[in-house]
Amino acid sequence: MQKFTMLNGLVAPLDRANVDTDAIIPKQFLKSIKRSGFGPNLFDEWRYLDHGEPGRDNSGRPLNPDFVLNQPRYKGAQILLARENFGCGSSREHAPWALGDYGFRAIIATSFADIFFNNCFKNGLLPIRLAAEQVDELFKAVAAHAGYKLAIDLEQQTISALDGKVYKFEVETFRKHCLLNGLDDIGLTLQHVDEIKSYEAMHRAAQPWL
Amino acid sequence: MKAKRNNMKAQTLYDKLWNAHVVRQEADGTALIYIDRHLVHEVTSPQAFEGLKLAGRKVWRTASILAVADHNVPTTARAQGIADPVSRLQVETLDSNCAEFGVNEFKMSDVRQGIVHVIGPEQGATLPGMTVVCGDSHTSTHGAFAALAFGIGTSEVEHVMATQCLLTKKTKAMQVLVNGTLGKGVTAKDIALAVIGKIGTAGGTGYAIEFAGTTIRGLSMEGRMTVCNMAIEAGARAGMIAADYTTINYLKGRPFAPQGELWDKAVAYWHTLHSDEGAQFDQVVKLDAAQIKPQVTWGTSPEMVVAVDGRVPDPATMSDAVKRQAAERALQYMGLAANTPIAEIRIDKVFIGSCTNSRIEDLRAAAVIAQGKHVAANVKLAMVVPGSGLVKRQAEQEGLDKIFIAAGFEWREPGCSMCLAMNDDKLSPGERCASTSNRNFEGRQGQGGRTHLVSPEMAAAAAISGHFVDVSKL
Repeated sequence: MQKFTMLNGLVAPLDRANVDTDAIIPKQFLKSIKRSGFGPNLFDEWRYLDHGEPGRDNSGRPLNPDFVLNQPRYKGAQILLARENFGCGSSREHAPWALGDYGFRAIIATSFADIFFNNCFKNGLLPIRLAAEQVDELFKAVAAHAGYKLAIDLEQQTISALDGKVYKFEVETFRKHCLLNGLDDIGLTLQHVDEIKSYEAMHRAAQPWL
Repeated sequence: MKAKRNNMKAQTLYDKLWNAHVVRQEADGTALIYIDRHLVHEVTSPQAFEGLKLAGRKVWRTASILAVADHNVPTTARAQGIADPVSRLQVETLDSNCAEFGVNEFKMSDVRQGIVHVIGPEQGATLPGMTVVCGDSHTSTHGAFAALAFGIGTSEVEHVMATQCLLTKKTKAMQVLVNGTLGKGVTAKDIALAVIGKIGTAGGTGYAIEFAGTTIRGLSMEGRMTVCNMAIEAGARAGMIAADYTTINYLKGRPFAPQGELWDKAVAYWHTLHSDEGAQFDQVVKLDAAQIKPQVTWGTSPEMVVAVDGRVPDPATMSDAVKRQAAERALQYMGLAANTPIAEIRIDKVFIGSCTNSRIEDLRAAAVIAQGKHVAANVKLAMVVPGSGLVKRQAEQEGLDKIFIAAGFEWREPGCSMCLAMNDDKLSPGERCASTSNRNFEGRQGQGGRTHLVSPEMAAAAAISGHFVDVSKL
C-alpha cells in the first residue's frame, strides 16, 4: 500500500451531503475485474453530459461545465472537501480506487459512512473528519481563494492553511501506523498465525456445527 | 446497589457475538476477529482472488465460503448465457476462481442460485452466533439470525480469504425498540423506512443496531431480514435480532444447518443469543408500531421518506441549509413539486425484487394485491424478480407466477436485477419506478431514473393503479 505521511495539495470542494458510492463510481464500471483504471469515471454521471460505459474512451466525452471538478481551477486537486455522510451506500471499494486513481490522497468531510471510511485506509487514502463549522470555514476559504491549498501532516495529525490556521484531527493509532508505513494488513495479520489457529481450534470445539 | 452491579455485567447481543470472536486485540482497541461465514459474489471478489494469486497465498478455510453470481446475471433467457461481454467475463472469472481455489459456488444454471443475501439464509449457511461477511453492504441482512454480519470492501475480502479474520474495532450499540401491533398493509419494509426517516441515513453510523420489541418479535424471518437488510441505509454496518423459536424453526432441516445431536447442541447455544435483561445500549430509539403507515420515499436518500397519505415536503420550510439544499436538488432530480400528495405521483415502472424484498413472503403479499387485477395502462413495465431459484420454484408451486403473469407482470429469473441495474434491467432517464429495493440514490436504477422505495404490497398496488395508493385502505 502507498504510504501517507505529508501532503501539500490543492483542495476541490464538493458541496453536497450524503454523497453515495453509486455517485462516486456508477455500477457499470464495477464490471471490471481490475483494481485500477477507474479515475476517468469518477463521479461519471455528474462529470459528463452523456452516459458512460466501461471500455469507452472518455477523452472525447462532453464534460458538464457545472460540475466542480471540471473547473480549471481545481485541476490536479489532491484533497477533496465534502459534507456529512460522505461515501454512504454500497461497500464497493471501487469508490476509493476511483478517487485515488483520479489523484485524490485525502478527503476532508464532516462525517463518513463506516465501510467507505474503512476502505480508504486500505488504499493509502486518508479520510479526515472535522467539525461542521471547520468544514464550513474551509468551504468558504476554498471559494474565496483560487489555488487554495492545505498541508496535511499525518504524523502530527494537523491540517495547515496558508493563513497559518491549523486544524487538529483524530485518527486511530493502528490505522495511522499502517498508513504512515504503508503496511499490508494481511502481512501483519499473518504474523499471528499461531493465535488464529489456537482460537480456531477452541472455537470449533465449542461450536462443532460450524 | 447489588442489582446495579449485576446490571453492569449484563451483555447486549452485540457484546456476546463480539466477545465470542475476538482472536486478539491491540492497545487501541483494534481487534482481530474470526469470521465463520464468508459469502462471495462476482463483483467484489475478482481483485481479492487476484491479490491472493499475486502473493502466492491460499484460502484459509474454503469451507467457510459460499459463492454465487447475482449482480450481473440476466433475469431473462438464462440458457443463452450473458450477452454483455464485460459482465460475462466477470461471472466467468468467479467460476474459474472458485474452481481454482476449491470454493463452493452455486453456478448460474443451479436452481439454488440467487441473490447472495437470500441464498445464505435459505441454505442455512447463515446461522445464529456466526460472524458473517460479504463484499456487499447489505450483508447486514444476516443479522436477522442473531449473527454479527456486515459488509466489507474487497481488500477485506482478500484479508478474510487469506487469514479467516478481519481487523476491525468494536462499534457502539444502538437498540431500536418497536412495540405494538402493525396496522393493515404495514410491513417490515415500512418499519425499516420509518426508522431511517426517524434517525436519518447517518443516524446509525458508528453503531451496530439491535432491533427489538414485540413488533420485531412478531415478524417472520423474511420480515426480520428486510429490517436488518436496511440497517445499512440508516448508516449501521450491522443490524441484528435476537434468536428465538422463529429463528430456530426457520433453520431446521436446511442443507447447511446442523443435524441430530449437533442440532440440539447448537439450539441450546442459540437460545443464549439475546441481550440480557438490563444490558446497556449507547443509544435507544423507540417506535410505536401502531403509528407507522405505509411509507414512500420522495427523494434521493432513503431518509427522504413520508407516509403514503402525506405530501412531498417543501424545502422552503427546512431550517437546516444543507438539508434544504439537498431537498431542492432531490426534488429537481425526481421531477417533483413541493406539496404534491404522494398518492398523485404516477409511475412508469415497478420492480418487485432485491435482497430487501424478494423472498417468498414478499411475493405472496404482492400476489394478493395483484390477484384478479391488471397493471395500469401507464405502467410500461412491472417485473417480479424472485430472490433465488428456490424462491421462484416455491412461488410457481403456489401458483403465484400465474397470478402475476395474468395481471400483466413479467416473471423473471433470480438476481439483483433493477435494484442496482448492472444487468439489462434498468430505468431510462426520467422514468419513475415504484421499487421494493433499498436505495433511491441518483442513477441507482439507471442514469436519470427516479426511484421510490416501497413495500411489495405498495409496489403491487402502484402497478395496478398507475400511481401510489394507500394499501391500508384497500
